[in-house]
Order: sequence, then structure tokens, then C-alpha cells
Amino acid sequence: MDLGNALVVFLNFVFVPGLAYGAQLALGALGVTLVFGVLRFSNFAHGDTMAFGTMVTIFATWWLQGMGVSFGPLPTALIALPFGIAVTAAVVLATDRGVYRFYRRVRAAPVIFLIVSAGVMFVMNALVRFFIGVEDIAFADGGRFVVSAREWRELTGMQEGLAIRTTQALTLGVAIVAVALLFWFLNRTRTGKSMRAYADNEDLALLSGINPERVVAVTWIITAALATTAGVLYGLDKSFKAFTYFQLLLPIFAAAVVGGLGNPLGAIAGGFVIAFSEVAVTYAWRRVAAYALPEGWAPEGLMQLLSTDYKFAVSFAILIVVLLFKPTGLFKGKST
Amino acid sequence: MKKLLLASAAMALAGAASAQEVKIGVLLGFTGPLEALAPNMAAGAELAIAEVTAAGGILGGTKVTAVRGDSTCVDAAAATTAAERLVTSDRVAAIMGADCSGVTRAVLQNVARPNGILMISPSATSPALTTEESDGLFFRTSPSDARQGVVMAEIIKSRGLDTVAVTYVNNDYGKGLADSFQAAFEAVGGKVTLNAAHEDQKADYSAEVGALAAAGGQALVVAGYVGSGTNIVRNALDTGAFDLFVFPDGMVSQELEDRLGPDINGSFGQNPASAGEGAAKYHEMAKAAGYDGTSPFSAEAYDAAALIMFAMQAANSTDAKVFKDKVLDVANAPGEKILPGELARGLEILKAGGEIDYQGATDVELVNGREAAGSYREIEFRDGKLVVVGYR
Repeated sequence: MDLGNALVVFLNFVFVPGLAYGAQLALGALGVTLVFGVLRFSNFAHGDTMAFGTMVTIFATWWLQGMGVSFGPLPTALIALPFGIAVTAAVVLATDRGVYRFYRRVRAAPVIFLIVSAGVMFVMNALVRFFIGVEDIAFADGGRFVVSAREWRELTGMQEGLAIRTTQALTLGVAIVAVALLFWFLNRTRTGKSMRAYADNEDLALLSGINPERVVAVTWIITAALATTAGVLYGLDKSFKAFTYFQLLLPIFAAAVVGGLGNPLGAIAGGFVIAFSEVAVTYAWRRVAAYALPEGWAPEGLMQLLSTDYKFAVSFAILIVVLLFKPTGLFKGKST
Repeated sequence: MKKLLLASAAMALAGAASAQEVKIGVLLGFTGPLEALAPNMAAGAELAIAEVTAAGGILGGTKVTAVRGDSTCVDAAAATTAAERLVTSDRVAAIMGADCSGVTRAVLQNVARPNGILMISPSATSPALTTEESDGLFFRTSPSDARQGVVMAEIIKSRGLDTVAVTYVNNDYGKGLADSFQAAFEAVGGKVTLNAAHEDQKADYSAEVGALAAAGGQALVVAGYVGSGTNIVRNALDTGAFDLFVFPDGMVSQELEDRLGPDINGSFGQNPASAGEGAAKYHEMAKAAGYDGTSPFSAEAYDAAALIMFAMQAANSTDAKVFKDKVLDVANAPGEKILPGELARGLEILKAGGEIDYQGATDVELVNGREAAGSYREIEFRDGKLVVVGYR
């Protein structure tokens, strides 16, 4: 029996990856949920907005690297991030001007907004492919590991290694800061409160003299910031490829819906629920069990609940169960 | 309005001229998982077509042109639509494509067979396509993965490894390769600890790597595409799950070296390629034309397009029902050997009633009545570089 090694295996293959992936999903889901809450539609273009923001950030990173700027052990992309956010915010605001505003004026049904956002998604998608190409781009620099599997083994003398990548630590750190800022903004500032009021009851908010265009603009800017941050963190942790961001849309929506659409707290919880269920349900627990159980009890089989083929199915099973039994999500969101 | 009229007049003229023109569809996944490879494949096919047209065309002066279509690699419905457009609207005489095994099968059954259009795929390698019903309209210049599975098992065994874990991309290609490999590896006394699928282009592979690590093994076989495959390898390295990897054809590429090079020293693999002078010659021609000829399946695409045109010339017809019977004749012995860059000579021999044995860039030799026999090169990473260590 060796609980120490069992714990390390668990941390290395389940907890740490799940935590980082969950934080990335949570940031993405926050953007989706915000647009849903305030503007009242499901923004399909969110995944590609993330790709767009990441692309701008990558260009800025290259430029900075060309100038010889670096951020020590942290990736240069962090310095480039504000620039990426600014450009993405401008593009998203322009899209709102050119596209969404018209539909808001005619008070289009949410489903029309949804279709429109799918159109925006395709345009964004094409733009990204056009500007940066379709290949995988690794733009992380600086130190790769906080602690690598080999270092861990040498340091502790344990049989199993624990690896924590810089990008994983960074993802969690930045996500916490971003969420804290968002909540402070929504709950403490005047603009944030007006946003919540607008989301709560549009007519009442208008009667109280809240400027709707301003609320909409601020929402888009925050959404752009969240999308870019999530996209860059994700790209740093894995790699940038236009196609994967499009794919990311599914788990992000699953996370937002599970948590309760329109509820920021729910989006965060949803992100972690989806991430951990994907990793934990399909994880083969044999090695953990082999360490944790007394000698001779080690299992023959893999101790895998579901094959990894069904990873997607897990998040969607959760999604369906939640929609059936608690349509407003784990935290109270909107059911429409 | 004037412009529009002019344009339509020009179109009408072009239509009249097309009596002396035959079109070949280039149906590849310009978007989707293979979008990184498709441009170099299309360039290969178009190079062959340009070479023939520059030499005066086929059938005594018929120009050959290429029309591109997007197979998307993964979406069978989209690929079928694209192929249908090529056939009914562009009126292509044959299709160079499709690329991925799944969409190739869909296009063959839904478009090629009903319309009597011949297709030669440069890169569909699923074993299922060997026996797929085709009315003699389907060929491929890439070998079946049944063969690659055997080669890979031999290579792994020859390196003294007995247990491996396998992760394959969840489609016709990955599944076909993984299964044929497992059968071949177990036949030579090896053991596959886990044979698990991964979805291509997924957000995150922590779960897959976790399961593979739990199953264990001396090496990890990554039967996938280079984009996602690289991420899996990276993840496995980072978590310390595996440090030795085996790369089949979808993974062997410059990109793999660029992104992982020094971290995967000692890892090895194989991809269809031949040592012949045809390959070297093709790489030079590609360089001169401004694209990367060493990119996977680019040479196969060149050969596929060349075979189509030779078959047309040999049959003296652009009707697939007629020239489909000539593909094997021009691809295999007997006859004069033809290398890349010598397409004009081959056409002349055929015109004079002679026979050719097209070698091309990949030493073309079609077996089972439709597919390349397949010679593979064994590669290894040494000092962060991809090195060729032999051919099998």
C-alpha cells in the first residue's frame, strides 16, 4: 500500500490536467453566459472570437519577440495579451455595429440572433484562416515547467512523477484574476450594476435611464477580453490551430448550460464539472488502485468506467440530465 | 450590365473552346484536419497536369485543366456535394481524390459509381477500400494500411520492444491501421496493452493520455494526424507517461520535427515512400515549382493525376467507362519506365501504340487490381532531426 504514489498518479493524470482544462472552459463559458444574460442569445461565434483574439495576440507576440522583448520565465504572449484584447474588442464592437444592432432594433427573436451569430462565426473563422493560416502554431516561450516529472522523482525519491507546466499554473492564476475582476466589476461598479439591471429586466432598466447602447458595448468589450484571454491560455497550454477553437465551442456551451445560462458563477462551476467528468470518468484507475490497495489486490483490468472514445458522450450525458431534471442549470440560470 | 454581358460572352466562348479541353477534379480536404497537407497534394496533381498541357495535352491536342473541390476530409455529405458539383457542373472526366478514407468511400459510392466517373485517391489508406465495391472505377496510389500494420509490427519487433500501447484517430484510417497493426504485432508475439481511439482536433487529450499511461507499455504508437498527434505526444512527454513513440505515416512530417524534435530522440516510425530516383526527381521539380514535394502524399497526388492522363491517352478516350481498364496497363509492367518530368515521353509512346510502365515519384506498382503495393521508409529521430534509416 502506497498512498503517496497513488496520490501523485491521481494528481498528475487527473487533477492537474482537469484543473487547467476546467479553467480554460470556465473562461470561455463566462463569455457565452455573459452574452446570453445581457444580450439574450447564444453566441455561436464565441469559439472563433477566441481564435481571432489569439491570432492577434500571436502576431503581437511575434512582433515583441522580434524586438527582443521577453518576459523571463513567463510567456511573452502575456505582454501581448492586452493588445490582442484591444483589437478583438474593436472588431467585436464593429460586428455589433454592422450586424447585431440591426437585429436588436427590429427586436428579432433569439433564434434569429443565434443564426446570425453562426454567420459571424463563419466569417471570423475564415478571417483567421486567411490571416494566420491553418497550421499548428506553438507560441509559448519561457520556462516549460514549474516542476517536471523527472525533477519531481529526483526531488522526492518517489516512483511516480508529477508534472506541472508553467502554462497550467498560469492558466489557473490568470483565470482566478480574470474572474475576480469580472465579479468585482459586476457587483461593485456602477456600469456593472447597470449591466445586471439590464439583464434582469430590460424595460425597467431603460425606464431608469440606463443607456442600452452603452451596456451592450461594455458587454461586448468584456466578452472580447474573456474570449481572448481564454483563447490565449488555451493556445499556450496546447497549441494554436484555427480548427480546434471551432471544436471547443461544444464543451464551452455544455459548461455554460450545465452551470445555468446567464449565471457567471454557474459558468465557472460548469467548466470544471465538464472538464473533470471528461477526465475522471474515462480515466483508467488501475495504477492508482495498484498503489492504493494492499499488496496482491492490484486489479488485472484497466478499471476504466468508459473508454476515452466516449469522452464527448460524458459531457453530453451530463448536459441532458441537467436539462431534464434541472433545466435552469446547477446554479439558477435562465431556461430559455 | 455591360460588363456582365461581356463576361457571359466570354463564358460562352470558353464553353466553345472546351471541346478541346478535359477537366480533372482535384478533390482534397482544403479545410478540415488535413488542411495542412492538402495544398502540397493539390500542387502535385496540378504540376502533373500542367506538365502534360505544356507538352501539348493528351489525345492529340486536348488541353487538361484541374478543378478544385473541398472534400473536408471528415464530412461525407460535404464531400459528396463537392464531388457532385465537380461531376455535374464542371463536367470533370475523372477525380484525383478524395483524400481521407471515409469521404473517399462516400464519394465513390454516391458520386463516382452512379455517374461512371473514375477516381484515383492519393492518400486513402483504409484496408476496407481494398474490397470496396467499385465497378473498376476506384484506384489509389497509396498502399493499404493492412500492409503498413505489418511493416510497423516488424520494425517495432526488430527494435526489441514487446509491449506497446496504441492510440488511433477515430476514423476509417486510424481504426483500420490500428487493427491491422494489432493483428500483425500479436502474430509476431508482441502485446498491445491498450488500443484506444482519440478524436482528431479535440480540445484536450489529458484523458486519453491518462488511460494509455495506466495501461503502460514500452512505447506508444500514435496512429493519428500530425496536428493532434503532436499534442498527444507532448502531453505524454510532459506527464512522464511515455518517452518512446512510434509514428505511422500520418505523423511523419517536418512539423513533427519542428515542434518536438529534440524531445523525441530515439522515437521511430515509417511512411510510404520509395528510395527510387523518381522521388528525388519529383522533390526537385516541386522545389522549382515553389512547394514542398516531400510533404506526405504530395508525390502520390502527382502520380494519381499522371495515371489518369496516361490511361486516357492509352484508351484514346476521356470516357471513364473506357479508360478505366487502362489504368493497370499504364501503371504496371511491361513497358517503358516513365519517371516524373517525363510525362510527355510517356504520352508519345502511348500515342505510337507502345506500352509504358509508369514509375512516377513513388515507384507506382498497383496490386489487388487497385492499390499501391507500398514501400515504406523507416525513420528515426536522432539529435532532434528526422533521419531515414532504411527502406522496407
